[in-house]
Amino acid sequence: MNGTVEKLKKKKGNSSFGIGQGKMTPFFFLAPALIVLTLVVAYPLIYEIIISFKNVTLLNLKSQKYPWIGLDNYKNILADSLFYSTLIRTILWTAINVFFHVSVGLFLAIVLNRKLPGKALIRVLLILPWAVPQYIAALTWKGMYNVEYGSVNLILTKLFGSAAAIPWLSIPSWTFVACIITNIWLGIPFMMMISLGGLTSIPDELYEAADLDGATGFQKFKNITLPLLKPILTPAIILGTVWTFNMVNVVYIITSGAASDESQILITMVFKRAFQYFRYGQSAALSVIIFLILLAFSTVFIRAQKSED
Amino acid sequence: MKKSDRFNRGDSLTKIILIYSFLIVACICSIYPILNILTVSLRPANAIYTKSLSIIPPNATFDNFRQAFIQYDMLGWLYHSLIVSSSACIFSVIVSVTAGYAFSRFEFRGKKMGLSLILVTQMFPLAMTLLPLYLMIINLKLTNSYIALAVIYVSTSIPFNIWMMKGFYDTIPKSLEESAYVDGASVFRSFYQIILPLARPAVALTALFSFMGAWSEYIVASVIINEAGKITLPVGLVSMQGQFSTAWGIYSAGALITAVPVMILFISLSKYLVGGLTVGSVKG
Repeated sequence: MNGTVEKLKKKKGNSSFGIGQGKMTPFFFLAPALIVLTLVVAYPLIYEIIISFKNVTLLNLKSQKYPWIGLDNYKNILADSLFYSTLIRTILWTAINVFFHVSVGLFLAIVLNRKLPGKALIRVLLILPWAVPQYIAALTWKGMYNVEYGSVNLILTKLFGSAAAIPWLSIPSWTFVACIITNIWLGIPFMMMISLGGLTSIPDELYEAADLDGATGFQKFKNITLPLLKPILTPAIILGTVWTFNMVNVVYIITSGAASDESQILITMVFKRAFQYFRYGQSAALSVIIFLILLAFSTVFIRAQKSED
Repeated sequence: MKKSDRFNRGDSLTKIILIYSFLIVACICSIYPILNILTVSLRPANAIYTKSLSIIPPNATFDNFRQAFIQYDMLGWLYHSLIVSSSACIFSVIVSVTAGYAFSRFEFRGKKMGLSLILVTQMFPLAMTLLPLYLMIINLKLTNSYIALAVIYVSTSIPFNIWMMKGFYDTIPKSLEESAYVDGASVFRSFYQIILPLARPAVALTALFSFMGAWSEYIVASVIINEAGKITLPVGLVSMQGQFSTAWGIYSAGALITAVPVMILFISLSKYLVGGLTVGSVKG
């Protein structure tokens, strides 16, 4: 009896923290994550910002003494016309990709969210691209873009005659299109699954009520489906945008071997500057610029969504 | 079974045919590139470059699969990748399972801030912190170290996993633990013996995501591991793509060996996927 009272007291005493919680408990649970995130995410980021103000190249890499050069790295980047053309290409890349990911993914989810024999099998087939490792997908597509033997051109010539073959990998603008097609293929399953999850949580009664009121399919989509999916789609779109903006694998692998910079996006430029041209300082500055762009985008996007509500 | 039991009410026959033909086209687009890997891997060495579009090539052979192990160190790559991915997976599960629990159940200062900061880390994908990490690793003389690689993979997988775990714990009623406390269980014990077993689907997803992430990552591995005898699968497979010619047949065989296990794993766990993802994203 005495014991129970004590336990109850103990529980009551802790209630200001949450159930059964001592002052240090959350710390114990959080410590592993905190250590990893500080060591591998926070510290490198701060370090990156610092070296973006320094001159770090292959020559002084091992010495660890990097001279401070202020804003020179940033000035060099902003004075380079290649930066602006790549920035525009990156925005185009992101917009096209995210548009197709969301629209096709949502459409597939809506079609799949109904009674349909064989639905489970179809869903499995449609999410397969998500399960393929990205670099394998990129390399495989690269093989399929081969001008003479790649199946993309073989199919195109079968359908539209021999003039339809496209020099995917030798002309930069076609290479860019090739990258976009590959990345759209890769990204649709994620958006489809997110939307499907959201759709199953919308109660059928809403649609039945709309049916009684004589709503058309489009009206139901606009007034029921979209608003109810918004809390799920908004974070997914932000994440999707950031991921696409920084998609190294596809662009880097498909364009590797090409001499031209005209199908690069910003993040592959960072990668190339650092690990092919060994201009570490400049590469760090470019990373910081990318981060600022993405931060601005997500802040504006979230604000806009909130003010709409 | 009546038609009305199998399809949505009010779907006309034309609508059903339209839906199916659209879905079939979508499925073909979705699996054709994967079938293409299979096709190329089955081609005999003298017929890699062919203009045939048949899925199973004439004179199909498994020779490329054999050659992958003979001409390249496929077995070694598989082994290295297995070490890196399983250690990344185990660490990631431990870290996200505990952190997610703290964010779901406890009140502490900076909780909201911490949750959004974790989301913000998703904005710096690895390619961006790769450079400072690379410099750090050089300075710590950790190049070619699997531990360094695994720790980096853990850091990329945990933000998403913590959110997912938190979302899942939120759906488990608190009264379960409350009654355990009344019976005298400690916080750790009730977490370990009551909550964790209930959260099994989410834990499975966490493990899957972190294993697959590590297994399928190329960019970081290519920067950190460069000693020929230590490279992991992704680095090995991409290195097959030569400057002038690529051994497409052997590469495709290797790609299948790499991709098929994760694909099977992914598909078999995908029934949890819809539930886990929604719960994780809705309950912010």
